[in-house]
Amino acid sequence: MAAHCLDVRGLLCPMPVIRTQARVNQLAPGEELEILVTDPGALRDIPAWCRVHGHEVIATEEGRDETTIWVRVGGAAP
Amino acid sequence: MKEKPRAAALISGGLDSMLAVRVIQEQGVEVEGINFFTGFCVEGHTHAIRQRDQKRPKRNNALWVAEMLGVPLHMIEVVDEYKEVLTNPKHGYGSNLNPCLDCKGFMVRKALEWMRENNFDFLITGEVVGQRPKSQKRQDMPIIQRESGAEDLLLRPLSAKLLPETYPERAGWVDRERLYDFNGRSRKPQMALARAFGFEEWAQPAGGCCFLTDAAYSAKLSDLWRSRGARQYDMDDIMLLKVGRHLRPRPHFKLVIAREEGETRFLEGYRKRFTHLRTVSHGGPLTLVDGETDEDDLLLAARLAARFSSGRAADRVRVSVTDVDGVTREMDVPPLPTSAVSADWYVGA
Ligand code: SF4
Repeated sequence: MAAHCLDVRGLLCPMPVIRTQARVNQLAPGEELEILVTDPGALRDIPAWCRVHGHEVIATEEGRDETTIWVRVGGAAP
Repeated sequence: MKEKPRAAALISGGLDSMLAVRVIQEQGVEVEGINFFTGFCVEGHTHAIRQRDQKRPKRNNALWVAEMLGVPLHMIEVVDEYKEVLTNPKHGYGSNLNPCLDCKGFMVRKALEWMRENNFDFLITGEVVGQRPKSQKRQDMPIIQRESGAEDLLLRPLSAKLLPETYPERAGWVDRERLYDFNGRSRKPQMALARAFGFEEWAQPAGGCCFLTDAAYSAKLSDLWRSRGARQYDMDDIMLLKVGRHLRPRPHFKLVIAREEGETRFLEGYRKRFTHLRTVSHGGPLTLVDGETDEDDLLLAARLAARFSSGRAADRVRVSVTDVDGVTREMDVPPLPTSAVSADWYVGA
């Protein structure tokens, strides 16, 4: 799966988004990030953040207690 | 000079910043948004705690506004730096613990730093002259400009015609004639402009953008400061003040009692930091004890926990008490009668 993983379980929104942003900003276009979250609000906020920045949510998987979101970094190659 | 000037906008999620951005976009300026998270923002977190809110996760309005406007939104955490603003505001507080004028100055200063690092040309905010009793009086506008260091790089598109000309106007990036002169607390001009722009929906302008404008929340925060003898807090404190009933039966300790399942689950996450109580013989919420307690205090805490359990009418309720080292013991206690629960034990109720 994704080469990069971000564990923000236990953090409440908007912190999962803020951490996602910090991580994505270090990645190159086309790279993928797997994000583990427990706040259900992140399922709405992270995709919204991705849309306004031109990143793509490739998949989400909702478990009972936690959710995984996979993001592909957008933008032209640097 | 590059062709298209770029503005960084403070986006809170409310209607005003949304309009300010659109006004500037209409003038051919490229805009990106910034949103600061102080820990007290209404946007975000609490929706995940209470069960009844969990079924309909609340959207983050700042992100939603950014999406409506088609601008990237940069979300910046300022929890630690904000402590100085909140605990020691030069201009004091508003009607509750909201240090609005200092807060605005701080945010504009942080936005200015961001603007410089990211090569933007000027700043915009949705501030409207005279809109709030605190921080948006006309005489406060220059204070924010001066103390933030933004000076004339800060443009308020909705009230610009009532304020001195700014650099973006002088440089010809923005046409002053196509800015506005909104003034006062009426929201009518904003709503009319929103409709003219074709916005059909916007977040309701609440009392403020953060919990510090809330009287109950502020009462709990001042109680916390009083009990510690210092204006100190951390992220856990901010969160705990949003959750549960807070009762202070004695000056040296308080109880945080979950009001429902969702809050119990949330407080579970803090049980290693606090002595905590559970009712064993009857269903009931989790109770955290904040402060130093002796045997009598714990007995009182147990009787209160029993009072908020389903065994409140029983003769005795069995309560388990676990200390911070994880050592658990049980007590059989009579629930405290309602008449013995003093109204002023409730903090911020
Ligand atoms: S309401 Fe809160 S966030 Fe908004 S200006 Fe006042 S102190 Fe700052």
